[in-house]
Amino acid sequence: MDDKLRLKVGLAEMLKGGVIMDVVDADQAKIAEDAGATSVMALERVPSDIRRDGGVARMSDPAMIEKIMRTVNIPVMAKCRIGHFAEAQVLQALGVDYIDESEVLTPADDANHVDKFAFKTPFVCGAVNLGEALRRIGEGAALIRTKGEAGTGDVIEAVRHIRQITREIRTITQLSEMELMAEAKRLGAPYELVRYVHANGKLPVPNFAAGGVATPADASLLVQLGAEAVFVGSGIFKSDNPAKRAAAIVKAVTFYDKPEEVLAVSKGLGAPMLGIARNELAEEQKLAARGW
Amino acid sequence: MRIGILALQGAVTPHLRLLERLGEAGVPVRRADELAACDGLIMPGGESSTMLNLIHHYGLWQPLADFAQARSVWGVCAGSILMASTVTHPTQESFGMIEATLRRNAYGRQNESFIACLPLRLPGQPPFDQECVFIRAPRVERWSPKALVLGEYDAHPIALRAGRHLLTTFHPELGSDTRLHEYFLTLCGAQAIEALA
Repeated sequence: MDDKLRLKVGLAEMLKGGVIMDVVDADQAKIAEDAGATSVMALERVPSDIRRDGGVARMSDPAMIEKIMRTVNIPVMAKCRIGHFAEAQVLQALGVDYIDESEVLTPADDANHVDKFAFKTPFVCGAVNLGEALRRIGEGAALIRTKGEAGTGDVIEAVRHIRQITREIRTITQLSEMELMAEAKRLGAPYELVRYVHANGKLPVPNFAAGGVATPADASLLVQLGAEAVFVGSGIFKSDNPAKRAAAIVKAVTFYDKPEEVLAVSKGLGAPMLGIARNELAEEQKLAARGW
Repeated sequence: MRIGILALQGAVTPHLRLLERLGEAGVPVRRADELAACDGLIMPGGESSTMLNLIHHYGLWQPLADFAQARSVWGVCAGSILMASTVTHPTQESFGMIEATLRRNAYGRQNESFIACLPLRLPGQPPFDQECVFIRAPRVERWSPKALVLGEYDAHPIALRAGRHLLTTFHPELGSDTRLHEYFLTLCGAQAIEALA
């Protein structure tokens, strides 16, 4: 790994064991920081509102992102559309700490993702399986997250994705050296990265969970399944008591394996976001299918 | 020796990996009873505001302060901010385990993070070059004349020893060099504590 990539992965290492929260303005960003968020994702509309409103979802107004950067002292992330390297250039010029090339926004390119090695700012990308995770790392992503199904409050897709990725990693470690090229072909993944997974039994970059997290127990579930940190989108600020719920999810990630602690923070949080069950979504409404 | 890593949030596993290479038992610490069993404690990199929040909620403030009265603590980046006597930009509560003023994110945001090879001078050893990874790093703005400056960048200490405690504003755990971890183990040893007393 070269120094540039090590610095990018290094920041992801610092975010481990923490919660990254979607926020739409400086007030929410402050609430998130005070609740113990390790980072905030600045965007104009949380995913559940993007779903409701329809239309084209684009990079947020840089002025709004900048205001959040001035308000909090934790790292600030922002989203660009898949393949929209010019939006990514704008976010880099703005000085955000991480860029999320995100399926939550409307894709700008239906074949290619951003060449992330061309940037100094690190990128996080979503993945539903190991092949997709390794393609994104092959393009320079320094952090992988499950896609889940953003804006639904239904954790089932995030669970499916983290299980899929960890199962495929386990499978590769059991293969013989001479089977790795065929496996790389099957996964559609760079051969050298398949070799890395075979030798190390893990991704070369951290692996976080995202998509549909609404409760402390959701967060605990994903960390127990192997996620090293958790993104929470609509789940916090679409609930009855965002400050309390945010603080509770932070603690559930730290004590993910201590049910008595998860219990203690789960009481009296008020109503979670209402959400939409995955089965109620039409195929074309599923954001996780975006990404190539 | 049993070295605790404060495991409320942050880069815990890289320290465990380096300690394992040195044949030492690193243990994640999230509760006061786990802390009591340790010979030394590393407060790792991560987000200092997140750690402070959890330290207070889980009643770890006094146990950590008491621990530092008797045993060695090493703060790395966010951990060094927790150890400082004063924190600026913005001001933030801190333990004062080392008399020093630290400025948060003093070099800038992630785009200004950098790696530099810098000479370190550890007592009793010839100077050597250490690969120093600075990630949204703090800077030591003022420090006690009694503290031992082990390395500098741009006329500011990047590694300080004061009494039994150690502070680094960079991340040795993100490389493969174990020399600072070895040095911290000597600070944690009973003989070293007596010698410093």
